[in-house]
Amino acid sequence: MMPYVATIAAALFAAPLPLAFINWHSFFFFLFAAVACGFAVAVVAADSVVRMAFYLVLSLGATAGLFFLAGAEFVGAMQLMIYVGGTLVLLVFGVMLTAQAPFVSIKGSGRDSVVAGVVGVVLLAVLLQAALSVASWRQPAAGIVAEPAATPIGMALVGVRVDEPGVGAPARNVRPGYVLPFEIVSIHLLVVLVGAAYLARAKRRKTPRAIEVAASVEPPASVAEHAAIGRDRSRGASVLSGGR
Amino acid sequence: MLLGLSFAVPLFGLLTEPVSVAHYLVVGAILFVSGIVCMAIKRNALGVLMGIELVLNGANVNFVAFASPYLQGTGSRSLGLDGQVIAVFVILLAAAEAAVALAITLNFYNNHATVDVDRADDLKG
Repeated sequence: MMPYVATIAAALFAAPLPLAFINWHSFFFFLFAAVACGFAVAVVAADSVVRMAFYLVLSLGATAGLFFLAGAEFVGAMQLMIYVGGTLVLLVFGVMLTAQAPFVSIKGSGRDSVVAGVVGVVLLAVLLQAALSVASWRQPAAGIVAEPAATPIGMALVGVRVDEPGVGAPARNVRPGYVLPFEIVSIHLLVVLVGAAYLARAKRRKTPRAIEVAASVEPPASVAEHAAIGRDRSRGASVLSGGR
Repeated sequence: MLLGLSFAVPLFGLLTEPVSVAHYLVVGAILFVSGIVCMAIKRNALGVLMGIELVLNGANVNFVAFASPYLQGTGSRSLGLDGQVIAVFVILLAAAEAAVALAITLNFYNNHATVDVDRADDLKG
């Protein structure tokens, strides 16, 4: 075992020539891709919902790294800020609010897992076949000339295109920006946040149904209590108004 | 020595050539399938939500890959800015969807004292 490790280490590190040929863009791509895919599979394999949330954070963070490597700096930054910083904090809050001991890991049935696994493998085979079938998608780029700038995307969102025209696009100054989608998304976000706040608002204190059923064995006590409180309140009010 | 080299060389060939769109598509496919399987087998409502996030993320990887001018070979134009803008919109809509779904999940938890989606059968005839 030891000699093989030594040979590989020698081939990779001791010889200066192969190391000089490493494409560091590819190296970091494979690093981030391995983290993203590995932890995505770990999310599926994990039983505990707390661990799933943590693995998802790592997977989405590594995906942001892939976006940076593809030259989409703004999208990568948004991924980190909105997804990892916002959506996942929301999810972790949900986990914390609902992770009582019996619900941390709910096991599915084994038969469902097997069927889902088979369907997943078939779907993956189809997708990989589609991804690798087009020749022009497999041609690597000539050279990486990274020029990080968020100006084109920012200007396009306010309706001015400063990037070079795309595939069948007309001349520069008549190309539309993304003002309308931007407005639609902003209104959508507003409506959704109002709706979410409405759904999750603090309602009249209501015990969960299961506890309610257990407690319904002796409802007279609580009913009598409520009635007593109500009577006290009305009496106090009448005393107050009478005093005035 | 020979065994070690034959072990290292294919890996090395992968590292020396630049990445293309197909590399990103493979990563996107793996994320997408992970999300689909996660949505299918998890019984925890939050686990299903995490599966949805993975699916949206896999789609985003594809959009960004097709938008990138650095990954396309000579002769083929990239999607340009459209892909990046769509990816940003997908991220925003995923945030909105997570907020609403989480509110629904918390309501479900308040009413049923569980987050097991198999117990949400009140509408079953």
